[in-house]
Amino acid sequence: MESNLITEDKQKNKLEKAFEILKTMASKPSGLIGLTIVLFHVVLALISPYIAPYDYKAISPNTMLLAPSAEHWFGTDSLGRDVFTRTILGGRTALTVTFFGSLIALLWGGLLGIFCGLVGGKIDDVVMRVVDAFLSIPWILAMLLIVSLLGTSTEVLIPALGFFYGKGIVRVARAATHDVIAKDFIVSARARGHSNMSIIWNEIIPNVRDAILVEGAMRWSWMLLGFSSLSFLGFGVSPPTPDWGLMISNARGLMSFAYWSVIAPIVGLSSLIIGINLTADAFAKALGIDRSTKAPV
Amino acid sequence: MNEIIESVKNLSIGFNSQKGKQISILRNVSTNIKKGETVGIVGESGSGKSTLALAMMGYIKQGLFPLKGQCLFKSEDLLKMSSRQLEKIRGRKIAMIPQNAGQALTPNLKIGYQIDEALKLHTDLNKTERDKKISELLNKVRLPSPETMAFRYPHELSGGQQQRVAVAMALAGKPDLLLLDEPTTGLDVTTQAHVLELLRFIAKDTGTSMIYVSHDLGAIAQVSDRIVVMYAGEIVLEGPARKILKEPIHPYTYGLLKSIPKLSLAGLPASMPGSQPQPGSINEGCSFYDRCNLATDNCKKNSPDLEHIKELDTNVRCFNYKELINQNNNLQTSITKKSNNSEANEVLKLKDVSISYAKQKFFDQLLNKISDQNPTVKDINIDIKKGETIALVGESGSGKSTILKSIAGLLKTKDGQIKFENDRILSSDLKMRNPNDLRAIQLIFQNPDESLNPNHTVEQILSQPLKLYFNLSGEELKKNIIDLLKKVRLGEFYMSRYPRQLSGGEKQRVAVARAFAAKPDIILCDEVTSALDVSVQAAVLNLLQQLKEDLGTTYVFVSHDLAVVRAISDRVAVLYQGRLCEIGPSQNVYKFPSHPYTEVLLGAVLEPDPDIKPKLVAEDIVEEKPPEKGCSFQGRCPRKIGDICNSEVPPWQIGENGNAIRCHINIEELASLQQ
Repeated sequence: MESNLITEDKQKNKLEKAFEILKTMASKPSGLIGLTIVLFHVVLALISPYIAPYDYKAISPNTMLLAPSAEHWFGTDSLGRDVFTRTILGGRTALTVTFFGSLIALLWGGLLGIFCGLVGGKIDDVVMRVVDAFLSIPWILAMLLIVSLLGTSTEVLIPALGFFYGKGIVRVARAATHDVIAKDFIVSARARGHSNMSIIWNEIIPNVRDAILVEGAMRWSWMLLGFSSLSFLGFGVSPPTPDWGLMISNARGLMSFAYWSVIAPIVGLSSLIIGINLTADAFAKALGIDRSTKAPV
Repeated sequence: MNEIIESVKNLSIGFNSQKGKQISILRNVSTNIKKGETVGIVGESGSGKSTLALAMMGYIKQGLFPLKGQCLFKSEDLLKMSSRQLEKIRGRKIAMIPQNAGQALTPNLKIGYQIDEALKLHTDLNKTERDKKISELLNKVRLPSPETMAFRYPHELSGGQQQRVAVAMALAGKPDLLLLDEPTTGLDVTTQAHVLELLRFIAKDTGTSMIYVSHDLGAIAQVSDRIVVMYAGEIVLEGPARKILKEPIHPYTYGLLKSIPKLSLAGLPASMPGSQPQPGSINEGCSFYDRCNLATDNCKKNSPDLEHIKELDTNVRCFNYKELINQNNNLQTSITKKSNNSEANEVLKLKDVSISYAKQKFFDQLLNKISDQNPTVKDINIDIKKGETIALVGESGSGKSTILKSIAGLLKTKDGQIKFENDRILSSDLKMRNPNDLRAIQLIFQNPDESLNPNHTVEQILSQPLKLYFNLSGEELKKNIIDLLKKVRLGEFYMSRYPRQLSGGEKQRVAVARAFAAKPDIILCDEVTSALDVSVQAAVLNLLQQLKEDLGTTYVFVSHDLAVVRAISDRVAVLYQGRLCEIGPSQNVYKFPSHPYTEVLLGAVLEPDPDIKPKLVAEDIVEEKPPEKGCSFQGRCPRKIGDICNSEVPPWQIGENGNAIRCHINIEELASLQQ
């Protein structure tokens, strides 16, 4: 009974802590703007299927390339589809794929980085050289290869993106771990005879978690851009699924006279990226990691 | 001589807290610096001494701002000056010598160039005159061969030499006032004594006024004419150095002096309860009220003013100072500690232990051996008895911490054996030790900020060894944690706190509790008190002694501070360059005859007493590597007798009083030489 109380207390503390961090983030204008944008996009992605005024795949030759009007707020595209509908739905895939992609990147990159940082020596050398080798391959080429071999389903895209964006996190996590393992509390745990797993779990992760999370948040926005680039090149989401990268790609030839069909997805994409960036920066500051003066550990 | 060159008037400095509250760090400070006078500002960390000193050169740290008052330098207010005006004063009129010269010097510029820069900025000399001045300055700070010294880079100099360069740079502009912020704190004992000697000489020679900021009353005592004692942002006592040190009439200063371990006294220093209040948490009444044993109800309600006492030429901030006036003969007392039973069994034996940091060559890696002919630590033979406190003493680089690491299993030994209980050989590799041996040997580190995981609560910190070694959980675990906290005199409510919410002393208590959680036989203490304030240090030493007497634990105590070692240890081993010089019961090591190195070390200790001057018998050269042949101390020995010291390792000689000395000079001869 008593121990239950303690754990409950701890959970409450954790919630309180998260709330505290959110409050600090929102206390600065840039953080507040970032949070608002991200929240707006997330809410939009959740409710857009219910509020979309038209069917996103309804092709109609009568309404081709209409300028914005009361009926079609953002106009229509070359196939006569409503751009507003497609824009508010276009963030759904991108957000889902990149969110889970970032999670995967965080998990494998963070854990491998921490492990390498702790173990050091030859294992560390070998693993890091392999990671370096992957870093030297242009990711978009590698992605194209994977996608053309395995297809463009989300089951392929999520782990592939997660893999390629996790490489950078390995380095960050390893560097953060290096900072921590020089501290005496790690030496102390070692001298007591704790296992490596226990040291990683109890001593290192609580101390590098913040740096890695911030890095993950930054990677999220990069991954979003990367994912949209893939779609733009035709290797991301397949039509007729609405997607910003795909929409920009389809409309770019008509940009000179039907600018509306390209502006809406661009605004959607860039506002989300800016929002995530601002949020990540505010998050870092709230955690006491200042990205402007110091590399993320 | 009585011209006042800088005067601080009613100065308060503070900052705005996140909640928008104004919090003062300095409160109503007033003092005067006379021409040619050295004023020591002493206080524990957080007392505002550095803030005050920096304000005296018109500098206020970022985030802080003056709330009221003035800093008048020759009747001009420094705090109101523009940065242009300040530029003209800093360096030329007021110069500063930083704490860590190694960081204050630009690493990629030769030191001659850096001094030249200061000269260009602050004087009108031409190139040839400046060159002459550079070697003159380097000479003045007693750096060897000033001609070649100017062409060296900072990293080629030792810490003491770097500090001398910083002094030379500060003197370049011929300042009227020198500001020294803990200038000797990071230096070795012998180097520190030399640098202080130099500063005293310069003060006398050039007639410069000095402000010497330090937490170390020993250093302050050596240089100061007048002493200002700060506590919680206020001046609590101010007066002539001798009066302050010999007859302190403020209870804080009195307690502080009593809590400093002294060479002349065996036994533990008395500790002061509690710790300094944080800025912002100071309520009405005297800020020392909680820790004062003279406190009355009046002290709780009203805060005393700084009162001038004419006959003593002293300012004091205390209602009850009169009670202290006749009490001061008590200063030279200490708490006697129970000596251990010398018949006890040996619990740990170091036999011919050598440790090398050299990287293995490829071939040696294959054969898994280390072929370093001149290892960092060599031939260490120490038998440690159950329940005794053995201290390893030496300057930085003496290998004392290295030995400790090997005992803990964190560093492989090259040769030799570590034997634990009944001559069982203990592997120097952690992974090869069995869990019970791991439990039996625990470590306490120097800096509790680093040795406690900042993201764990005290409960989590203490539960780790309990879970690991005894598989405790639930109620039982909690009960054990509370017991441990009680043992180190902390309350149950500390369980949910994070290390950052604790004071330095409390953190170290938690670290001590964690070590004792394993119910160890041996605790290795690595400079456990050197990161702590003096009054807290005494409390931790007393706690360690109490725990030892209750539980019969054996301590291996590593320290560079000879007075602390004197206070806590039963036996002392003196190390130089990783080789043992002398080992014996502590009361004998501190008596002559002793090894020439022990003599040098003891001579350099600074006592908080203006009458005890350090005896500087050896040069403060820093040797990077132990000599390959002969006596380890040959490079600096003031009593070197000749070639034999360079070629042959000296034999062990055992003196009448039971301490063993490794020296070529006959022990009786040493005795007569040292008298």
